[in-house]
Amino acid sequence: MSDVTYVRLLDLACGVFLLAAVLVLWRRDLAAIVRLFALQGAALAALVTVLGVHEGLDGDGAELVALAVGIAVLRAVVLPRLLRRAVADGGEARETEPLVNVAASLVVAAGLALLSYAVTRPVVALEPSPAVHAVPVALTVVLIGFFVLVSRRRALSQVVGFLLVDNGITAVAFLTTSGVPLIVELGVSLDVLLAVLVLQVLTARMRAAFGGTDLDDLRELRD
Amino acid sequence: MSGSTTLAGTVGAAAQVVLVAAGSPLLVGVMRQVRARLEGRAGAGVLQPWRDLRKLLRKEAITPHGTGPVFRAAPLVLAATALVAAGVVPIATTESPLDGAADLFAVTALLALGTVALALAALDTATAFGGMGASREMTVLALVEPTILMSVFALSVPVGSTNLGAIVNSTLHEPQRVVSPVSLLAAVALAVVVIAETGRIPVDNPATHLELTMIHEAMVLEYAGPDLALVEWASAMRLTVLLGLVANLFAPWGIAGADSGWVALAALPLALAAFAAKVTLLGGALAAGEVFMAKLRMFRVPELLAGSFVLALLAVAASFFLA
Repeated sequence: MSDVTYVRLLDLACGVFLLAAVLVLWRRDLAAIVRLFALQGAALAALVTVLGVHEGLDGDGAELVALAVGIAVLRAVVLPRLLRRAVADGGEARETEPLVNVAASLVVAAGLALLSYAVTRPVVALEPSPAVHAVPVALTVVLIGFFVLVSRRRALSQVVGFLLVDNGITAVAFLTTSGVPLIVELGVSLDVLLAVLVLQVLTARMRAAFGGTDLDDLRELRD
Repeated sequence: MSGSTTLAGTVGAAAQVVLVAAGSPLLVGVMRQVRARLEGRAGAGVLQPWRDLRKLLRKEAITPHGTGPVFRAAPLVLAATALVAAGVVPIATTESPLDGAADLFAVTALLALGTVALALAALDTATAFGGMGASREMTVLALVEPTILMSVFALSVPVGSTNLGAIVNSTLHEPQRVVSPVSLLAAVALAVVVIAETGRIPVDNPATHLELTMIHEAMVLEYAGPDLALVEWASAMRLTVLLGLVANLFAPWGIAGADSGWVALAALPLALAAFAAKVTLLGGALAAGEVFMAKLRMFRVPELLAGSFVLALLAVAASFFLA
């Protein structure tokens, strides 16, 4: 793969990765949010594949490509399927009243993008390779994930926010270090999978007990 | 850009003004026809907008009682800005003699000038609908203009110039730039704002006369006869110019470049045909998309435009930092 193609593909994968995160803020439909999360997982896998192919398939690159396959299976197939099942069980198809309205949260996303570009400048200056240049994109996704966590009310959107943070952290790791050891990535992936399973059970319990998953209602509970 | 005027450039600029002036009602006709066919109607035919214009032009010019020069001048200003924009924007040639003015800010300002003139005319009539339409149009315009500037600015960063001809030329020489994230984000943002600016579904419905939903139609409600013909014709030209701008910024193939002498002159008919095909294709796709969409509530429109603004801003950021 020539250098120009490598940079183009890398940038394209990063663009889709970021776009999916921004669109999560835009859409209200929970099913659409889950689809966007699956798209983002696929973009992350594509990103890791491009990095792996660039490293060369005989050495470290092969391990990266194997990791990419694992990421694709977990983040583009398994986790979205779990979330989709939770949406189907829940009967709440929409994020009705986010704490920050959609137009404002989109503007906040733009601000977060600029903030992450500002704070990662020293990191980029350390090693100005094309992959490291894309680190601000990954950090933006982390920040958008945090924003989703604090501004959305439905338990399911909050799970997606948590997963956005995790996707962003994974992307930062791959972009800066050109390869996370397989064992570390496996551990992280298992952790995420377990967290989502636990959150799914918790959401189902919440719904069974209170009839809804609006987290703001929980602060009014008394013994 | 050399700044020197060539024969081919001058002829090309004149040809593209003529093409836009004559072809834009046909484009509107094609879009209506596509829509009619998809909805199972026979449709009035591609030439219907021209027939409407002819009918309107034969009528007597009437202005409402109490309106002033602003009302009478607005259709002329709207049509004039659209014609100048048609001569300036790289439609068939990148070597227009007005190239020095083919700056992204100048073109945006020209189009905004036309809109503002029409909004002032709507206020001048002092009717409730006129005021409402003007207020809505200004709301949309205030959100659209920064996005147009941002997204074309994102495209201009890698080129190092805000000249539209220079941007199109550089895309011609480096076709792989079209698939970069900068270009994709800017394309989506620009598509949304062009739909908003030209008053198509989901922002405005060009076919409605229902008071509560209309934006553009509410402003031109008081016009009749030749004035109305001028407004309709200018709106069609704006649609054509904006669609053509999108087409040539992201798919400039076929446009006559910086060749010299007779080669450039010979390339002109091809460029005009390519442009007509591209715009017809875009317009047809837009009309087909409209069939499957409902108009957004007015309160949701800022959300849509804020989204496209964020995409444009991300495009600018990406053009600086991913490079």
